[in-house]
Amino acid sequence: MKIIDSTLRPQFTSTFDVERIRAEFPILKLRIDDKPLVYLDNAASSQMPQPVIDRLVRYQTSQHANINRGVHYLSETATAEYEESRRKLQRFINAREDREVIFTSGTTDSINLVMHGYGRKFIGSGDEIILTTLEHHSNIVPWQMLAEEKGATIRVVPINDAGELLVDEYESLFTDRTKFVGVLHVSNALGTINPVKQMIAFAHARGVPVLVDGAQAAPHMNVDVQDLDCDFYAFSGHKMCGPTGIGILYGKAELLERMQPFKGGGDMILSVTFERTTYNSIPHKFEAGTPPIAPAVGLGAAVDYLSGIGMDAIAAYELQLLNYATEQMRDLPDVRIIGTAAAKTAVLSFEVKGVHPHDIGTLLNHEGVAVRTGHHCVQPVMLRLKVPATTRASFAFYNTMSEVDAFIAGIRTVQKIFT
Amino acid sequence: MNSKSLYQEVILDHNKKPRNYGTLDKASHHAVGHNPLCGDHLDIALNLEGELIDRIAFHGESCAICKASASMMTTVVKGKTREDAETLIKEFRDMATGALNLDAEHHLGRLTVFAGVRDLPTRVKCAILPWHTLHAALNSVTTTSTEAEDDPMHAAIGDA
Repeated sequence: MKIIDSTLRPQFTSTFDVERIRAEFPILKLRIDDKPLVYLDNAASSQMPQPVIDRLVRYQTSQHANINRGVHYLSETATAEYEESRRKLQRFINAREDREVIFTSGTTDSINLVMHGYGRKFIGSGDEIILTTLEHHSNIVPWQMLAEEKGATIRVVPINDAGELLVDEYESLFTDRTKFVGVLHVSNALGTINPVKQMIAFAHARGVPVLVDGAQAAPHMNVDVQDLDCDFYAFSGHKMCGPTGIGILYGKAELLERMQPFKGGGDMILSVTFERTTYNSIPHKFEAGTPPIAPAVGLGAAVDYLSGIGMDAIAAYELQLLNYATEQMRDLPDVRIIGTAAAKTAVLSFEVKGVHPHDIGTLLNHEGVAVRTGHHCVQPVMLRLKVPATTRASFAFYNTMSEVDAFIAGIRTVQKIFT
Repeated sequence: MNSKSLYQEVILDHNKKPRNYGTLDKASHHAVGHNPLCGDHLDIALNLEGELIDRIAFHGESCAICKASASMMTTVVKGKTREDAETLIKEFRDMATGALNLDAEHHLGRLTVFAGVRDLPTRVKCAILPWHTLHAALNSVTTTSTEAEDDPMHAAIGDA
């Protein structure tokens, strides 16, 4: 058995103080089966630091009421905090205006909003929608529903064996019937970072709008929607240290204004009679009913927290984690990494010869290591790469090099049990 | 919870060297079971002589828990009547979901090595799939799924 020599770990010259950061995440102190928790399921959902927990408590204990309607102190306070959070998210993704930031329940909800609000209005019979093999089911199924309803066609960008999009093939899929492109920024299963800026420029040269699914990018890198020039950008709060039940749809104002509402109800209207309803302006047109106010305020605190550390610092540290984990994993016999793109976030999907992912997941759990197993909601990727399922370790900025060691040691234990 | 205790020698051995693995030339009953949550599938064929399970075989793609459960199941039900097999199916399912009192009288014998799955909700379906599929085969349902709502055993399995 290989002895892990801690002096071989990368030495940090940066000031990234991971121990100080970890101290702010109460859940990381948990022990599982009497082993320290090693949480490597961040692509599914991240953990919440104390400042975000405190913000939720402060909101609930001193600021909560319904928004946009009351004249009383609490309603005005809650409204102000909710809108302040919108501006925080606007700055976080560098949107031009705060009304381009719509609160949704998450990435899935954001994509469905675009499908109903834009797709059902502007995509018709015989039109074509371009998606990629790497898409999460949440950016496939809504478009299939639309294609079926309208008689439109979905065309799919293929990938190579490393899990990278074939950009030439993407460009050759365009026809004069192409009406929409949906592409994920970062693959949840493989970690591939897609060249979305280049893909958007190509689509725009043909007058085609692009939706970017940023669920796995926004938590891990600096996202600038003006620089990308994307038409829509969707992401979730709970993957970036925020609460569940909250997400964002960024959309260019001129597109959002032309779109039809997705959900009908209170707050999204200016006036209602049984003869005619006048819709509210954006973003309110898309926020029917009482929104998830507390989660929205919590997400505002989460992006403050992330910005305090710095997205570039987070990306640089996570890249070091990925490189170290990849190196360690390459030294393991009978282990194959699935997804070897040149540009990756800190996601490691892998197979262990002769051991089913579910058995790996259960046995790693016994070592305190939390990973995800299965098809990761990307069955087309699994089919293309000819793997029924994988085990996935996904890292965050609060993971450490010694946690990588614990994870690698856990895989060695699994292999020993199965020999 | 002790997940490691599930991976006992007998289970690891049946996973490595599954018994009655393969297909039957002549089968009176046959079913394929799926677990769509993980993509696992299991093909079970058996031959009834009167009420007696005279031959049985399985093959498929699955985790160690599922494969070992299938392997041990085939060794136990071979030579038993359909009725005895149904009793074992019920008892195994009850054990896996924690509904069976292991101290009371039952017929599971060494199948009790799987008792630990009751503490691992996400793995209950892995252990049950072969039994679920055997039940479908005996009742002439050719395909089944751990998620099939119209399946006679679905309600008992529930959401893991």
